Amino acid sequence: MVFAILQRLAQMLFVLFGISALVFLIFFATPGSDPAARIAGRNAAQETVEAIRKDFGFDRPLPVQYAIMMEKLFVSRDLTSFVNRGLEVVPQVMRAAPITLSLVFGAAVLWVVGSIAVGVLAAMTRDTIIDKGLMILALIGVSMPVFWLGELLNLVSQSRFHDTFLFSWVPGLGYKPFFDGPWLWFKTLVIPWFTLAALYIGIYGRVLRANLVETYQEDYIRTARAKGLSPSRVMIRHALRMSLIPFVTMFGMDFGVLVGGAALLTEVVFGLNGVGRLTYQAMLNLDLPMILATVMYASFFVVVTNALVDILYVVIDPRVRGN
Amino acid sequence: MSDAAAPRQMTETGGDAAAIPARPSQSPWRRAWRILRRDKAAIGAFVVLVLIVAACLAAPIYANDLARTDPFRSTLSGSIVIDGQTRKIMEASTTGLGLGTTPIGPTWHWQYMLGADNQGRDVAARLLYGGRNSLLIATAATLICLVLAAAIGTIAGFFGGWVDMVLSRILEVLWAFPVYLLAISLSIVLLTTEFWIGPFRIGSGSLILPIVIIGIIYVPYIARPVRGRVLSLRHSEFVLAAKGLGIPRWRILLKDILPNVTTTLIVYIPIMMALNIVTESALSFLSIGVQPPDASWGTIIQDGQGLLYTRPMVALAPGIAIVLTVLALNVLGDSVRDAVDPRTKLR
Repeated sequence: MVFAILQRLAQMLFVLFGISALVFLIFFATPGSDPAARIAGRNAAQETVEAIRKDFGFDRPLPVQYAIMMEKLFVSRDLTSFVNRGLEVVPQVMRAAPITLSLVFGAAVLWVVGSIAVGVLAAMTRDTIIDKGLMILALIGVSMPVFWLGELLNLVSQSRFHDTFLFSWVPGLGYKPFFDGPWLWFKTLVIPWFTLAALYIGIYGRVLRANLVETYQEDYIRTARAKGLSPSRVMIRHALRMSLIPFVTMFGMDFGVLVGGAALLTEVVFGLNGVGRLTYQAMLNLDLPMILATVMYASFFVVVTNALVDILYVVIDPRVRGN
Repeated sequence: MSDAAAPRQMTETGGDAAAIPARPSQSPWRRAWRILRRDKAAIGAFVVLVLIVAACLAAPIYANDLARTDPFRSTLSGSIVIDGQTRKIMEASTTGLGLGTTPIGPTWHWQYMLGADNQGRDVAARLLYGGRNSLLIATAATLICLVLAAAIGTIAGFFGGWVDMVLSRILEVLWAFPVYLLAISLSIVLLTTEFWIGPFRIGSGSLILPIVIIGIIYVPYIARPVRGRVLSLRHSEFVLAAKGLGIPRWRILLKDILPNVTTTLIVYIPIMMALNIVTESALSFLSIGVQPPDASWGTIIQDGQGLLYTRPMVALAPGIAIVLTVLALNVLGDSVRDAVDPRTKLR
């Protein structure tokens, strides 16, 4: 078991190195443009560009450039933006992180509860009109672009029905910190949570239903039913337990990816200044140091989360330990 | 079950298949086709897709002959006649200070059927032209993705050893890289640089850029299952038999492995198309996909963002188009998977 965990950690370190090298190569080793000018941003003075070239070592070999960049990002953490002159980028990312976490945590709760409800209900009413209706709804959820759903909900809750009792409670767009008032924080995030969760309720609900239906063919389910257990007990204690295993793997991956930037579209539509929106604005300004910081920190978060989920697996499930 | 179907398929697609007359019931392709033909949901989805593609192909006819407008030129001062009434395309704003202008709303006539965007361009016509780009990008990106994934997955799975090591590690890194961040990184670099491929200049407005970006980012999602399939095929009896007969490796690869990988790939086509359409719209919405004055469903949603509360149709219409297309593709994807992959029949 210890060996398996160490192996997974080594793999994690390798992927971390790979991603940082890949990002570095994409930004600074693509032919056709000057990396120093790229960092300096649009319409930079020639002296600035030259200073950057010296400071970042762009006149030295690639591995040295890579080492300098990593040092600035992770060791001294003093990489500054040149578009927003002198702004240190790493603290910006740290400040945005809680907002993204608030968004993704809430959505995750919603989507786990929602998809288990959808999956179990559909599997129990298999091939009836309820099952079919739920699966069609789930498929629609999967087919909607998340930013469009967000705009649709904005249109309904901020404009068209904002004056009715249905949505008069919805505060204006933007993030309100938790410690300034948990209730307001909750109200601003309810609709973004739902927006982000809709897609995943669809995906997970469908997967869970398929798994449950498959599990129902297993011998031990027949045994449980033959023993005279009630259908709900068979479902929850026997079938659901088994079907949740792939569910957990998927959840680990998706949660990491969302915190690592996939929540970007939701953040942009609802004006939440999380890591995703930070990346988006840096992208519009061509603020390369900022993008570098958000991309690196976000992908590192994803990799570490995935590794943690896998290690948790090794601890929980004895079958994984063998290989 | 799929392993039992595999050798039959080999004779079906193999070079000397003519020598063995295949019974119709034995070919997995015909079997899949027969199941699909009976699947009402699949037929419905297919009809919807054909209608959408046909409508988008007819975009110039619609723009020139029915709406009589140029959807790529801004018309801020024009006016049109509807039911004998003359209406300005950019109407004076009735909200706020009344200083700005609001584009005309849906007229439900041929001209400006869905209204205009903030440059006075016909949304319905742009929707059709945009659909062309969205569908084109999604299709081309799907092809690139499948070809790359098939090549990488097959080579890694078939040759094993250090080749597999290197390719698998590369896939692992790409897999862990959040797709939107990868897409943003790639687009920033590609959109700000000019590329020369031979004599062809690829500028920032080229459709090739979103195609390549979207084509690359999902490669690991397909290459991994392909590699797994090839690994299991490599140890299957018919490949071992072929090896035992002394058939060269490249021939085994081309004649025995690749035809079997196509099943895996075909199942992914509709799902990837759906995913790529959504991705394209997201990238265009973030202004790193299709560049103006070109349109795609994503760019029209972005155009409509500023008009969301006054003229919601600009953002609603392309979204509905996306949902319809993606929904049809997903339904088709489910049916194709059920038809082609016999394992799922257990359910």
